[in-house]
Amino acid sequence: MSERSLPAPTLPVADRPPVGVGAGATAPAPLSRQRVIPLRHPGRWIATAVVLVLVAQLAHGLVTNPFYQWDRFQYWFARPAILQGLVVTLEVTALSAVLGLAGGILLALARQSKNPILRAVSWTYIWLFRSVPLIVVLLILYNFSALYKTLSLGVPFGPGFVHFNESALATDLVVATVGLSLNEAAYAAEVVRAGILSVDQGQHEAAAALGLPKGYQFRRIVLPQALRAIVPAYVNQLIGLIKGTSLVFYVSLLDLFGEVQNMGSTYPTDVVPLLLVATGWYVVLTSVVSVVQFYVERHYARGALRTLPSTPLQKLRAGVRGLRERADRTHLGTVKA
Amino acid sequence: MSSPVAAGHPPAAPSSPSAPPFPPALHERPEDEQLLAAKLVPLRRPGQWASALVLVVLLAMLVHTLLTNRRFQWDVVGSYFLNGSIVDGLKLTLWLTAAVMASGYLLAVGVAAMRLSGNPVLRSLSFGFVWLVRSVPPLVQLLFWYELASLYPQLSLGIPFGHEFVTVRTAHLFSGILAAFVGLTLDVAAFASEIVRGGILSVEHGQTEAAEALGLGKVRIFRRIVLPQAMPAIVPASGNLLIGMLKATSIVSVIAVQDLLYSSQLIYNQNYLIIPLLLVATLWYIILTTLLSIGQFFVERHYARGSNRGGGSARTGFWQLFRGNVPLGLS
Amino acid sequence: MSEQIHDESTRPLVRIRGLRKSFGANLVLDGVDLDVHEGEVTVLLGPSGSGKSTLLRSINHLEKPDAGFVEVGGEIIGFRHQGGSLHELGHRAITRQRARVGMVFQQFNLFPHLTVLENLTEAPVAVRGLSRKSAALQAKALLERVGLGGREDAYPRQLSGGQQQRVAIARALAVEPQLLLFDEPTSALDPELVGEVLAVMKDLALSGMTMIVVTHEIGFAREVADSVVFLDGGRVIESGPPADVLANPGHERARSFLSAVL
Repeated sequence: MSERSLPAPTLPVADRPPVGVGAGATAPAPLSRQRVIPLRHPGRWIATAVVLVLVAQLAHGLVTNPFYQWDRFQYWFARPAILQGLVVTLEVTALSAVLGLAGGILLALARQSKNPILRAVSWTYIWLFRSVPLIVVLLILYNFSALYKTLSLGVPFGPGFVHFNESALATDLVVATVGLSLNEAAYAAEVVRAGILSVDQGQHEAAAALGLPKGYQFRRIVLPQALRAIVPAYVNQLIGLIKGTSLVFYVSLLDLFGEVQNMGSTYPTDVVPLLLVATGWYVVLTSVVSVVQFYVERHYARGALRTLPSTPLQKLRAGVRGLRERADRTHLGTVKA
Repeated sequence: MSSPVAAGHPPAAPSSPSAPPFPPALHERPEDEQLLAAKLVPLRRPGQWASALVLVVLLAMLVHTLLTNRRFQWDVVGSYFLNGSIVDGLKLTLWLTAAVMASGYLLAVGVAAMRLSGNPVLRSLSFGFVWLVRSVPPLVQLLFWYELASLYPQLSLGIPFGHEFVTVRTAHLFSGILAAFVGLTLDVAAFASEIVRGGILSVEHGQTEAAEALGLGKVRIFRRIVLPQAMPAIVPASGNLLIGMLKATSIVSVIAVQDLLYSSQLIYNQNYLIIPLLLVATLWYIILTTLLSIGQFFVERHYARGSNRGGGSARTGFWQLFRGNVPLGLS
Repeated sequence: MSEQIHDESTRPLVRIRGLRKSFGANLVLDGVDLDVHEGEVTVLLGPSGSGKSTLLRSINHLEKPDAGFVEVGGEIIGFRHQGGSLHELGHRAITRQRARVGMVFQQFNLFPHLTVLENLTEAPVAVRGLSRKSAALQAKALLERVGLGGREDAYPRQLSGGQQQRVAIARALAVEPQLLLFDEPTSALDPELVGEVLAVMKDLALSGMTMIVVTHEIGFAREVADSVVFLDGGRVIESGPPADVLANPGHERARSFLSAVL
């Protein structure tokens, strides 16, 4: 049957104007051409209104209350003393992150080892440091260093070979870093172990079947794939570390929080704006790390996903485009059949 | 193919006259007998045992120094372990943890609902809340609420910018412990809302669709269909949050709330036996978290029943136990 | 199907005697004997749970036997016969043995973070000490052979299942093995992709590669195999040329399995 042009489409019966209606009367618009009105949600908008009222009150109080002293906030925000504290925070975080990760890798490998003693030691360490609060660990180390004058290395139950003078070693920075690193290693170990275990068993078998030696197998096949799970999780740990460093004040190390407390005791009327300064800086720090985390996760997802989640910029552009398209459509009127 | 049958192999016997013979016996070499009779000896690993030995020696040194060092004073540790004020502090720690988790989760369900709502205003507000609370150290938050008393001598509820209906003097409200309660509740709420949200999202959309097709209302769907199926995702992660919160309560010691840590600090500020008393607190924390972890293991095993990973139930539990690392900032 | 006369003096490439393996309480291999001569294609058939895969994986020591032994090219796999006992070999020695036996997996197991070329050059460089350049040349030739010339720079996820499996075959060939093991190579593929993989395997067989294949593709067995071995309950219940075994299986179980499958 040859294809001829189809006859002009006629409106379905229901849409045709009713018979008998004169030219004077206006026929109701056919069903297919009527505007679709979306459902309104009154309850939702009431809830929104309530929330907005509360937030407005809060915001109003926030801005106008003289006790927040926003002028003092501005004064303190970038003061040298505060910035110095910020530098200390970053230093301690960076050092602890690296040392913690190194320790974590060792612990994770020990946990996977065939040697039962290594496994037990590693498991015990992780158990201990995940059971004790960080502040207690720091306090013990701090007071420890004050009490232990010398560290000695030697045969157990015998004479010591080497003696170190502890008080020279244990500056506050060292104590803080050691405490944070020991703590972090226990958590990093779990992150690393989970990453290594996440590599499909088939990969190990394929590498073994090819005759690849174990060290090579780990380095070139397992580790790159494990990193895909480890790195995003560890960047998350970084955020926890940044916040954890706030405790080093209690071992006499003046990080960002420490400086804030210090200044606060010197200028007791400025305590609240100073706390807000600390809040502000911490928000800045963690947000930067979060952005980095997003891009890191995206980079590592390249192997797994076909299409990557859109970056904030891409989302913004897509949103603007969507709005524009919707505006165009309503401007043109209803879509033609 | 014909082959001589070696000694020890039974001759091929057909099961019935028409059936072909049983697979013909394979050619046996003389040394095969020896190989088949040989004992299988597993591999010995001398290198690993040497390193293990070194480790054991180091550990022995460590344990020796721990036990004999005068500074540790384990006798003092023993005497203070069940001290009245220590136990009171312990009770406060437990009570505070429980209370904060309860109120935090209540708030978290609301925040999670806001996060998942279709309303962009509610979504962004809840997102902002979670983002803010997760970015600031709990210590800073705690001190902030503590100072709030000085900030807002009175709280009022009413028409914004207009007449106040109710006023309350905050100096009476925000003592140390209440500041601790508020601060930690908000902290829990922020992290728990993410857990709850994740759990709700883990329920297949098809479930909601099927329930809607049956004509069930939204609240009923949430309560009877979605929430029960979200629990296997929520509960295990919450276990980590609980343990983390137990340890996080130790920071309330800086605002002089008499929890476990502060109680030990009060004692050693008097008798200067710092290390032994810190060890008392340490031991109690270890006991508490270990008990909670054991409980968590059993709870996880209960929820992991559906999925099998071939590694056995014990491994499944611990694997999921350690997988959820919730960064509270105070580990 | 070729007629081969096995002289008593030619030692089979693969000799398995009395192989026994249990997983926990489950006895999977119950005294298996098998001979595979060089250049032969042997197909292992049988219902699931019959131990086919375990038998195959024992040949390159991915499974450790509880009793019995596997001998490839005159060498006992995984053990050293000394003083009346079989001492387990260290990892390095086993690795060296494995380099002579290639394996193709059901799930392909290509390395996803490496390109096709890198997948093919990893082992030759690391195990055989080839330079990257010569390994790359060899890899390209292998890719041509399996019909994927020009796809060196693709990542596994960009290829179809059939293409990935052909890359996996090329990867196994890259180390120049004496023997190739196939563990249900087409079971994870969509039906229309099975043919291209079977074609490559047939081509390999015709070129004289010794192959042991676990598969459900009876057509392949009939057309390409020199010997078909039937396993059930961890024992060999039937073995011989495909014309005999597939047409007139003697054993009751073999008969019912084939009638269900064909």
